[in-house]
Amino acid sequence: MKILVVDDEADVQPLFLQRFRKEIRNHELEFNFALSGEEALDYLKEKHSEVVLILSDINMPGMSGFDLLTRIRNDYGIPPPPVVMMITAYGDEESYQQAMDKGANDFLTKPLDFNLLKEKLKPLIV
Amino acid sequence: MFWVGTATIVVLFFAFLKDRHGVLNDFVGVAVLGSLLYYLYNEPDFKSFHSYLFSHLPLLAAAFIGACVRLINEDFYENFSSIFQIAIVGAFIWIFARVANSKRQDEALRVAAERKAELEALVNERTAELTLQKNELEQAVTELKSTQAQLIQAEKMASLGELTAGIAHEIQNPLNFVNNFSEVSMELIDEMGQELERGDIEEAMAIASDVKQNLEKIGFHGKRADGIVKGMLQHSRASTGQKELADINVLADEYFRLSYHGLRAKDKSFNATLVTNFTPGLPQVNIIQQDVGRVILNLFNNAFYAVQQRQKQSGTDYKPTVEVSTALLSGFIQIRIKDNGTGIPDEIKEKIMQPFFTTKPTGEGTGLGLSLSYDIIVKAHNGTIDIDSKENDYTQFTIKLPLTN
Repeated sequence: MKILVVDDEADVQPLFLQRFRKEIRNHELEFNFALSGEEALDYLKEKHSEVVLILSDINMPGMSGFDLLTRIRNDYGIPPPPVVMMITAYGDEESYQQAMDKGANDFLTKPLDFNLLKEKLKPLIV
Repeated sequence: MFWVGTATIVVLFFAFLKDRHGVLNDFVGVAVLGSLLYYLYNEPDFKSFHSYLFSHLPLLAAAFIGACVRLINEDFYENFSSIFQIAIVGAFIWIFARVANSKRQDEALRVAAERKAELEALVNERTAELTLQKNELEQAVTELKSTQAQLIQAEKMASLGELTAGIAHEIQNPLNFVNNFSEVSMELIDEMGQELERGDIEEAMAIASDVKQNLEKIGFHGKRADGIVKGMLQHSRASTGQKELADINVLADEYFRLSYHGLRAKDKSFNATLVTNFTPGLPQVNIIQQDVGRVILNLFNNAFYAVQQRQKQSGTDYKPTVEVSTALLSGFIQIRIKDNGTGIPDEIKEKIMQPFFTTKPTGEGTGLGLSLSYDIIVKAHNGTIDIDSKENDYTQFTIKLPLTN
C-alpha cells in the first residue's frame, strides 16, 4: 500500500521509515514523501491511482494542508478516492471541523502517536 | 559768587549815594531775595524745589529792573510806576500759577506712580502665573517622557505577544522530534537486542547506525528549540545597545517564519506563499541583533497584514505572496521585503513613519512599529529604510545596513 506523507519538515522521513520498519520490510507499506503541497500534487499526477493514503500536515508555507485537501478532493474524485488524514499541531475543534468540512477522513495531532496511527491503518491494509 | 557780591555792593553804593532810601530798600530786597534763592538752589535738601525757586526769577527780575529804572530816573519811574507794580504783581501771579501747576504736576506724578505700582503688581502676578505654568509644563514633559517609555515597552510586549504563538509553534516541532526520535530509538534498541540474540550482527549494526542518527537528530532539534527560546528572551530584554556580528540571512529567515506562524496562529484560514532569496555567503554585519530583528519582524508583520487584508477583498485568483531577499552592495547589506498586498496610498506614505500613526483598527496596532524601526535602522545603525509602493499592487521595504560603522 502506497502512502504519501506531506510535511515541510524533512526529519519526518526517518521517523516514519523507522517506525514502520517492519511493515516496510514486509512490503505491507511503502512510504513516499513530499515537502510541500505542490510537490505532493506533482507526485499524485503520476501515481494517484496507486496512492491509497495521504497523510498531510496542515501548517505548511505556500499551499497549506487544507488547500491540498481541497485540490485532492476536486482532482481525484473518481472512486476510489484516496484516504486523506490531516496531521497538525493545532488540535482544536475549529481545525477539526474545517478538516472534516473539506473532506478529510481523519484528523491526527502532533506529536504523532504512531501506535494510534498504526491502529487506524490496519483496516486500510486489508 | 564773588562777582555777584561785588556787583551787589557797587549797586548798593550808588543807591546809597543817591540817597534814595526807597531805591536802597528795593535793591536790598532784591539782593536778599536773590541770595536766598541762590542759597536754597545750592542746598541739596531743596533739590526737588528747583522749579519753585525758578518761578521766583520773574519777581526778582521785575524788582531789579524797577529798582534800576528808579535809580536812573526817578521821575520816569514815578510816571510808569503802575506798570512796574503790575509787573511785580504779575510776577507774584506767575509764582502762584507755577505753584498751582506744580501741584497739578505733583498730582499727576502721584497718579502715575500709583499706576506704576499697580502695573508692577500685575507684572509680578503674571510672572508668578507663568512660573507656575512653566513648572507644570516641565512636570508634564517628564510625565510624557515616562509614558513614551512605557508605550515603547508596550509595543515591545505586543510584538512579543505576537511572537509567542509563532514561537510556540516553532518550538513544538523540534520538541516533537526529540520525543519521537527517542521513542523510536528505544524500540530500535529492543529490536537490536533481538537481532543480536538471533545472531544477525549485520542487521544489529544497521540498527545501531540508525539509532546513532536518531540521537544526532535529537541533539539537533534540541539545540534548535534552545536557539528559539534564547532568541525570544533576547527580544523581550531591554536592549543592551551592544553591537555584535550577526548573520542577516539567519536572522531574516528566523523572523520570517516566526512572523508567519504568529499570524497563522491568530487566523488559521490565512495562508501565504513565502519566497526567500538569500544571497549566500554574506559577510556578517555589526548590529544590535534584537533591535534589527525587531525591525525585520515588524516589516514582515506589516507585509503579512497587507496581503491578508487584500485577500479578504479578493477572489481565489489572488495569491498572497511575501518575499524576502538579501544582497551585498558595495559597503552595505541590503534586505528587501516585498509583498503583493494592499499597498500604501501616496497620501499616507509620508505619515507611516510617524509615531502612533496606524491604519489598523483601534486596539490592533500601536502605530509605533515603523517609527521605532526608523530610529533603530537610521539613528542607531546609520542605515537607510526606503519605501516603494503602489496601491493595490505591492509594497517593498528596502533596508540598507552599512558594513562598517
